Amino acid sequence: MPMKMTNVSPVAEDPRLVLAKELIEKLADGDEARCGQILDELTKLRESQLFQELGRLTRELHEALNAFRLDSRLTNLASVDIPDAKERLNYVISMTEQAATRTLNAVEESRPICGELAKRSGSLHEEWQKFMRREMQAPEFRDLCKRLVEFLSWIGSSVPRVDANLSDVLMAQGFQDLSGQIIRRVITLVEDVELNLVNLIKLTGQKIAPAEAPIAEPGKLDGPQIPGKNNTGAVSGQDEVDSLLSSLGF
Amino acid sequence: MKILIVDDYSTMRRIIKNVLHEIGYDNTDEADDGKTALPMLQGGGYDFLITDWNMPGMQGIDLLKAVRANEKTAKLPVLLVTAEAKREQIVLAAEAGVNGYIVKPFTPETLKEKIGKIFERLGATQG
Repeated sequence: MPMKMTNVSPVAEDPRLVLAKELIEKLADGDEARCGQILDELTKLRESQLFQELGRLTRELHEALNAFRLDSRLTNLASVDIPDAKERLNYVISMTEQAATRTLNAVEESRPICGELAKRSGSLHEEWQKFMRREMQAPEFRDLCKRLVEFLSWIGSSVPRVDANLSDVLMAQGFQDLSGQIIRRVITLVEDVELNLVNLIKLTGQKIAPAEAPIAEPGKLDGPQIPGKNNTGAVSGQDEVDSLLSSLGF
Repeated sequence: MKILIVDDYSTMRRIIKNVLHEIGYDNTDEADDGKTALPMLQGGGYDFLITDWNMPGMQGIDLLKAVRANEKTAKLPVLLVTAEAKREQIVLAAEAGVNGYIVKPFTPETLKEKIGKIFERLGATQG
């Protein structure tokens, strides 16, 4: 590390140079007392520079330690934020499951109503056409009227049920907003962790090596394909599955 | 015609159950992984197996292998319905003796079509 004095200019003003010149003179003159004084002064000068340098190093160390303490953010991330994120993500799973269950309940209750509606209206329509073709006798017509009234009253009670179910399906979609918000916060946390880890690596003076491509483990399942992600070796849809299977003799 | 639906997500089991109902198959049972499914299948009475691949406990591919390895269930038609879309996995399933392979997400039409085809082929080989 270069000493500060080498940077001091002009050189002529360097107190050591002045003292050194005087030292040569006094040595030549044989002035031992003065020579001793000059050597003492030179040593003092050197010591004070050493202290300055030491002071600077101490300050740097202090700052580095402070910076490291700032990185207690990492400890906090690991002990508080990440468990918190796990809880939030688990909540997303249960929330999406609840929404799916609520929707499925509504659909499963509504579909039989739709089925019955199609069946009853179809049968009434047929009979009505028979009546229009004047192929219906009076007792049969009376029966048709009775069934028509029953059908209308059944519609009156069933349509509100379907409507309530559809409204339930609608409301269940609220999970998208809530889970979106939670996931976004977790993404922010992941970014925070990333930044802190990079800073920590920088502080320890290590260079970040470029990431290696993940090695595929045999037998490890990939789960759902994500659009735009590395999909090497994956089919892009059912059509490709079908052609692959047919090439295998299926 | 009795069908066993195996998936660790109850939502997916219900979706499959509803589609099956739509195409006229109402006699269905459910299991949430291979381990639960296997004794049910060995108990007999099932004509068709629809299973997911990635499940805790026992995975679909191992269930398929166990079904093929057991004399009682060796001929049972098996349809895999899974998010796994790697070619090597599809080949693996084919080698293990799967009868059909559907990638999630799927449409009701795909499920209907594949079930139809499996029975068509079985009818052709048996008849």
